[in-house]
Amino acid sequence: MRQLRGKLAPYLLSLPSWVYLLVFFLIPLASMLGMALAVGDPLSGYTMSDNFQEFVAAFTGYEDAFARSFWYGTASTVITLSVAYPVAYWIAFYGGRHKSTYLFLIMLPFFVSFVIRVLAWEFILSDQGFLFGPLKELGLLPRNFHLLSTQWAVIGGLVYNSFAYYVLPLYVVLEKIDRRLVRAANDLYASPATAFMKIILPLSAPGVFAGFLLVFVTNVGDFVNAALLGGPGTYMIGNIIQDSYFENQDYPMAAALSSILMLMLMIAILLYSKVFGTDTIQEYAA
Amino acid sequence: MSQDDQNAGDRLQAFYRGLTQPRLTRQNFLRGSGAALMAALAPQIAQAETVTDWAAWWAKQKPTKEFVFANWPLYIDVDSDGKTHPTLNAFTKQTGIKVKYQEVIQDDPSFYAKIAPVLKSGQATGYDLMVITDGWYLTELLLQKFLVPLWREKVPNFDKYAGPSVVNPPYDPGNKHSMVWQSGLTGIGYNPKLTKREITSIDDLWDPAFAGHIGMFSDVTELGPFGMMKLGINPTTSTPADWEKAAAILQEQKAKGLVRQYYDQSYITALENGDIWVCMAWSGDIYQANSKGYKDLKFVVPKEGCNIWHDNMCIPVGAKNPLSALEWMNYYYTPEVCGLVEDYVNYICPVPAAKDYILNVIKDPAVANSPLVFPPESELARAHEFRAFKNYAEYQKWINTFNPIVQG
Amino acid sequence: MSTTVSPLPSAYKPSRLGERILACFTWAMIIYTMLPIAVMVVFSFNYAPAGRIALHWLHFTIANYGDAFAIQDLTGALIHSLEVAIGSAVISSILGTPLALALARYRFWGKSATDIVIFADIAAPAVVVGSSLLSLFLALNLPRGLLTIFIAHIAFNLAFAVVVIRARVSGLDGALDRAAADLGAPPWVAFWKVTFPLILPGIVGACMLCFMLSIDDLIITTFVAGQTLTFPLWVYGAVKVGIPPQVFVLSTFIFTGGVVLALINVAVSHRRQAPV
Repeated sequence: MRQLRGKLAPYLLSLPSWVYLLVFFLIPLASMLGMALAVGDPLSGYTMSDNFQEFVAAFTGYEDAFARSFWYGTASTVITLSVAYPVAYWIAFYGGRHKSTYLFLIMLPFFVSFVIRVLAWEFILSDQGFLFGPLKELGLLPRNFHLLSTQWAVIGGLVYNSFAYYVLPLYVVLEKIDRRLVRAANDLYASPATAFMKIILPLSAPGVFAGFLLVFVTNVGDFVNAALLGGPGTYMIGNIIQDSYFENQDYPMAAALSSILMLMLMIAILLYSKVFGTDTIQEYAA
Repeated sequence: MSQDDQNAGDRLQAFYRGLTQPRLTRQNFLRGSGAALMAALAPQIAQAETVTDWAAWWAKQKPTKEFVFANWPLYIDVDSDGKTHPTLNAFTKQTGIKVKYQEVIQDDPSFYAKIAPVLKSGQATGYDLMVITDGWYLTELLLQKFLVPLWREKVPNFDKYAGPSVVNPPYDPGNKHSMVWQSGLTGIGYNPKLTKREITSIDDLWDPAFAGHIGMFSDVTELGPFGMMKLGINPTTSTPADWEKAAAILQEQKAKGLVRQYYDQSYITALENGDIWVCMAWSGDIYQANSKGYKDLKFVVPKEGCNIWHDNMCIPVGAKNPLSALEWMNYYYTPEVCGLVEDYVNYICPVPAAKDYILNVIKDPAVANSPLVFPPESELARAHEFRAFKNYAEYQKWINTFNPIVQG
Repeated sequence: MSTTVSPLPSAYKPSRLGERILACFTWAMIIYTMLPIAVMVVFSFNYAPAGRIALHWLHFTIANYGDAFAIQDLTGALIHSLEVAIGSAVISSILGTPLALALARYRFWGKSATDIVIFADIAAPAVVVGSSLLSLFLALNLPRGLLTIFIAHIAFNLAFAVVVIRARVSGLDGALDRAAADLGAPPWVAFWKVTFPLILPGIVGACMLCFMLSIDDLIITTFVAGQTLTFPLWVYGAVKVGIPPQVFVLSTFIFTGGVVLALINVAVSHRRQAPV
């Protein structure tokens, strides 16, 4: 009886989510992505076809945008990880009683709509604004320096928006690391650096992976930051998908681009888990 | 299985069966569900009411005591406590018709994307009147017969008061389906303190002295005509060959590093902050910026011309209260009502006589005498209507010509 | 858990200096995230000519606060946003917790497929999710409104919740559960007494993340909102004619409310928790 229950347990546990995702995500998604195979136009309607021309067109027409998106996504994820890790580490290990308060403070700006955050950043970072204006007066920056409308503004925007999303999973994992392990390492004369590299970092790998999954995947597909903070030549694939759908009303193209994007992201995630062996660590830790 | 579950299951079945076109039923699951979706996107399947004789349809309509009005945020007058809209209240008082006023339109593409599948599936949008900008989306609604032809005799005030710039527009000849709510000019906005000279021409958007401080619109409907006007081509009557020429010169402007960014509505913030010195701009935005205290900013209709756009009131098929909507349109087209709205909204008024009303009755000379709200005839004469597309292929050609400039 | 009472190991507190640097860095990052909010709060006290916010200083006024709730549609939109964000965050976490447990603790048929679905939910572009849901709701003849916004938000929040909770569960010692079971505790009791307290921080983290995602969503909501408005929808639409000061004021209220909550939390935890 116990054994049977043990066997059934994972199915019972995943059933509610599966039903929900099947009805409200998977079936609609599959039908929408199926549009990639359709031919026609929004006025005279669409018919199904066997041809994959749309995929070829999507792949060859927008290779620059794909490459750019993966570059922005990678850069922003690496930067976000490198600033989020120390913060999550400090909160988890030294936050004491106020851990949740610190976390909450980091989340708080996101309770305010992104339209307002972007507006405020445009004000702060404007060419002659209160940040760059004085630096230019002092001659610390060249006269015609500008950050807005460049790819760095896009990457910066991505980092800003994903910071909290990376801190959360990192914190959640770091917080549960058994301090006695660190102490044991110390007793064995490991330096703090070695203790960190050999114990804390490997044990926090699930958090690093979870954050990577959330941040990298959403950033590669982002369109808001490029549209509002970018300049000429910072169009990301997310923007192309938006345009294909809303402006061109080329639904097959939007579906083909989305499918390719999702496939490429999946390959990236698989590569990540192969290279960093996240699976083995998770299995080991479980 | 409960009765409800049973019903839900049946409905899900119907989702596939009903919307899957017969010749696709033998296809596999994925294809089948794809077809289901396409059916929802395809035009006029299972149209609830396919009306051919609109005169008879109008004759059948009964007067109602309410209507639902979908508009953009902050696009109508608000009284001093901010809670109510005086013109709507006055309308209710005079006619007994209540207005459910909803600020649900953020921009045309997303609003279209929301209502089109509803209309295609034959359901009612829930709106009796909505405000759509002229351009492809309005054309698309017209081509699919998603807009009710107006009973023009019920709107005598339109013929009496409408200004020449809103009568018989190229996108809806004879105003058969639409009447303008507000118009606006797309010209050039600039900051003379930064440009150090007055701007008079579209050529100034190609001036190397302003390199990196020139803003252009990312909306290709607006962007394309600027390339054409620079070349002396009338965008309203342009041909695909003209489009190619315009795209080439716009591409050159970008390649030379003149353009800082292709903006959506956020250009006004960049102009206010001084990040861009000269930019394609809407007259109403510059007026707003001036009244917010950015006094330096100026708007000019370049000597080559400018774009004029119109936000149009129209009635979607399936509307439950069309007669009330018509009554409102008639009510709106008077100097008094238009004047009240205009004094708050500050775009371009469809009723020129509202100017005197604002000046003499509301006593707001700042608005009445502003060339941005009531542009002189000489400027309106230089304004070009957008190119009205005849079909999707034409629109696609336009898109494919100009999109690479913005997307590249 | 441990009964050893000995001084904390030095690696746990590597050095005072190291900790100081980390603390400064954390606070610097908190200030960095707050920077745009500070701008917003400051300018909510700026005079707003013609009822539009201006991002250059005119003069100090509290008039904007007097009219805070003047725009009914905006106030209503904000209430909708809060309802949807809180509701969908809670429901997503409730649905996501068992799935995260299953994924982290069991090997089962369909596990890889589940992983792929979760991944796809995060990776799917917003227009695809939004438009496909709209088609579904139309096919089901479900009127668009608050309910459909709820459904859509849960659909995209769920995967995020699962990822965060799973990261928390994945390192936990399953032996504790089994021990509880061996001692005769029914599974439910074992879960509530042993597992749940251990994964609670993960669930709370997932709730926060979902709340943030939900309150900021524009594209998916546009498709499924029908005639209902949410805060980002209204504000985004208002950009065309200029943002009224009420937007800054209401956002300041939310922000201040959050800060007050944080302070209460600090006070409560001071009282509740004796020194470790």
